[in-house]
Amino acid sequence: MPSAMQPDLAQPASANLPERKRSEGFAFRPIAVRYGLVTLLVLMVAFFGVMEPSFLSVRNLVIVLQSVSIVAILALGVTATLVVGGFDLSIGAVAATSLMTSSYIMVVFGGGTVAAVGACLAVGALVGLVNGLLIVRLRIPDLLATLGMMFLLLGLQLIPTEGRSIASGMTLPDGSTATGSFTAAFLALGRYRVFDLVPISVLVMLALALLITVFLTFTRFGRIMYAIGSNERAARLAGAPVEAYRIAAYMISGVFASVGGVLLAARVGRGDVSSGNSLLLDAVAAALIGFAVFGAGKPNAIGTAIGALFVGLLLNGLTMMNAPYYAQDFIKGAVLVAALMFTFGLSNRPR
Amino acid sequence: MLGEEAAHRGPAAGGAGAPRLALEGVTKSFGASAVLKGVDLFLRAGEIVAFMGANGAGKSTLVKIVAGVHDLSGGAMRLDGRPFQPSSPSDALRHGIVVVHQAINDNVVLSMDVLENLCIDRLCRGGPVLFRRGRWRAEAQAMAARVGLDVPLNTPVSELSLADRQMVAIARALGHDPKLLILDEPTSALSDAEAERLFRVVLDLKRRGVPVLYISHRMGDIRRLADRIVTLRDGVVTGDFAPPLDYGAAVQAMLGRQLAKASHARVPGGEVVVETRDLRVSAESPPVSLSLRTCEVTAVVGLVGAGKTELAECLFGARRPAAGAIRLDGRPFAPASPGAAVAAGVHMAAEDRAGASLVPDFDLSQNVSLPFTRAFSSLGLLGRSAERRHAADFVRRLGIVAPSEIAPMSALSGGNQQKVVLARWLSRPCRLLILDEPFQGVDIAARRDIGQALRDTAEARATLVLCADLDEAAEVADRILVMSQGAVVSEHFAGSLDREAVIRDLSKSTHAERHAA
Repeated sequence: MPSAMQPDLAQPASANLPERKRSEGFAFRPIAVRYGLVTLLVLMVAFFGVMEPSFLSVRNLVIVLQSVSIVAILALGVTATLVVGGFDLSIGAVAATSLMTSSYIMVVFGGGTVAAVGACLAVGALVGLVNGLLIVRLRIPDLLATLGMMFLLLGLQLIPTEGRSIASGMTLPDGSTATGSFTAAFLALGRYRVFDLVPISVLVMLALALLITVFLTFTRFGRIMYAIGSNERAARLAGAPVEAYRIAAYMISGVFASVGGVLLAARVGRGDVSSGNSLLLDAVAAALIGFAVFGAGKPNAIGTAIGALFVGLLLNGLTMMNAPYYAQDFIKGAVLVAALMFTFGLSNRPR
Repeated sequence: MLGEEAAHRGPAAGGAGAPRLALEGVTKSFGASAVLKGVDLFLRAGEIVAFMGANGAGKSTLVKIVAGVHDLSGGAMRLDGRPFQPSSPSDALRHGIVVVHQAINDNVVLSMDVLENLCIDRLCRGGPVLFRRGRWRAEAQAMAARVGLDVPLNTPVSELSLADRQMVAIARALGHDPKLLILDEPTSALSDAEAERLFRVVLDLKRRGVPVLYISHRMGDIRRLADRIVTLRDGVVTGDFAPPLDYGAAVQAMLGRQLAKASHARVPGGEVVVETRDLRVSAESPPVSLSLRTCEVTAVVGLVGAGKTELAECLFGARRPAAGAIRLDGRPFAPASPGAAVAAGVHMAAEDRAGASLVPDFDLSQNVSLPFTRAFSSLGLLGRSAERRHAADFVRRLGIVAPSEIAPMSALSGGNQQKVVLARWLSRPCRLLILDEPFQGVDIAARRDIGQALRDTAEARATLVLCADLDEAAEVADRILVMSQGAVVSEHFAGSLDREAVIRDLSKSTHAERHAA
């Protein structure tokens, strides 16, 4: 007769799930799940440090931080939607829209820094609100609603300029010439370095990472968002306003993505239609890698930040060792698959 | 243990022919909670066995074991005398075990038409690569004819009535040439005429020697079809009745037969807290008028589908009643959401602990505080230590057996998980506390603790407990309301509880329903 099953204590007593066969006495597994990815990170840094001593210089580490800052900000935002059990595919498009919006306001309307940044944040919040309403009120599956929104925004941002990038002195569709330009204060967001070392974007990333970590981990709002992601029905029957929280999560995601777009515009210094193409996949990858950090097995802000850093350090180190740039996507993909194996393959999740 | 029922027992397995399917001492546990505690059951060829059991008795777990969804934890099964342990649902199907699930739409593919639905199993087993309808038409026609299904084969299943959908499912099942057919509450969504069609098909199967395990509480169905009644209660078979079938005794065996001596004296109700007037949970259901008072614990008993849960959901804002009014402390009360109900002081621990109450990613203390995080935080920031102290306090008060107040829920047995749910809703004072099936999958000791905690704290609020099991109700309640077909049909009191009368009320109406028309 096939094996009589051992009662599996790791499984909720009343879960209606078929039991799984499992191997006994494999203590290596929980340790691998918990520290596997972090160990990998440390080994990787040590390896690059030995091979290329300049890898560990402060200046290079700041370069790494700067290279991941925008992706990390988007990833931190999408983490909020992952926490409530959703997903936001529109973040890359929101960032791109934000970039075009700020450029348009300054270059075409001659607006100031505050107007440009304020408009971008408003656009991000609005898109998040619409995403949330589509998902919560119309019950469109999250992936589909935000995929649709992504297409919509990628197309929308091309319309005012007839598909051209925005720069000072450009010819507008009505034949006139744009008179405005990027303000110095706006450009400083991308170029100024605190202590002549740390770019603003890195500081913004660190501040937002701290903010979202505190929000998700230490406030009752974050607690309820995790409850919704873990068992929506239980959260609802405990009295939580589930719809409002889910909409709020998409608004957080939209605002964070628009912050990323502002910083990107300030760095690029023009409204480049093709900037930000890879932001979505990189950000999602960082957030998903974050699942594996410290064996959390669930979306978490610290993990997301470390995930983004992981990818940044790896790419930077490989570049220093003259790895070809076209191999980058392959490497990111490999890291993501490995992290997902840590999260889903090794942990004791019920099938 | 079986007492008087022993006299009703049918012949032993060896009697009128070897059993087609035999279960010997089958046990099944999920983690720390034992759902099946040694079930012996057999079915002979051409026999219709009515299988009865209250919510949570373990019926569906047993069906899932026979159907290959779950492995059994202990014991053995035999099919035609040979050891039988299906490794998967499709393996069970290959052996001729066919299950028609209660949710009719789970048995058919709504987006496909009748012909495609009838042929899908054959297609899955192989055949030509190209699907040509003409090839299958004759076969599908014959399958439909066997169950008296008279609709054009190109009708999408989504356009069929529930009864016709079920016939499609049964026709599909017969296409497997079943050795055993399991029907789970097959008439729950059918009209009398539709049910009669089903009965004819089932009786035809019986004539052709197929044993049928017929899960139902409907006395009309059972009277019409059953050769035997087997009752399951709390994971063990409590009765096996051969003709002449004694329905009252079967209901009694299903609901529990030793009347636990009520350990408490009846506490009379104080002031009225909640009142419903002609409340209809849905447009078709009868009006319910009841009042709930402080001090008094009221239990509502009723079989599956009696409408208990729907009533509770209306009181908790999880369902909009179709008509009628609720008053809370004399004022009109129409909660728009569970959140509004909690804010008004109505707390409810829903049925289905794992699905509706517990957050699996949260530890014990986080599960306790979930509805009341505001009370544990200032400026939005959670005070983790206050939250933990609160949970630790309840761990002591309710005697929750757990490694610590921050243990994961998976480390707790069913009874202790239920205590955590109770702790959650006792965390703040309330006007009405509703517990829907709080004793499901809960061991006797934990059940007693929970009942005691409920009674000890009942003074300042109304308490409503919904359960299918009469013993459980008698153990905790001062007053018992019997619900049937959506209506409250009688009221009984602790101390003067006439058990026979309650059982009569419970089974009479289910009895009458098929014969009333």
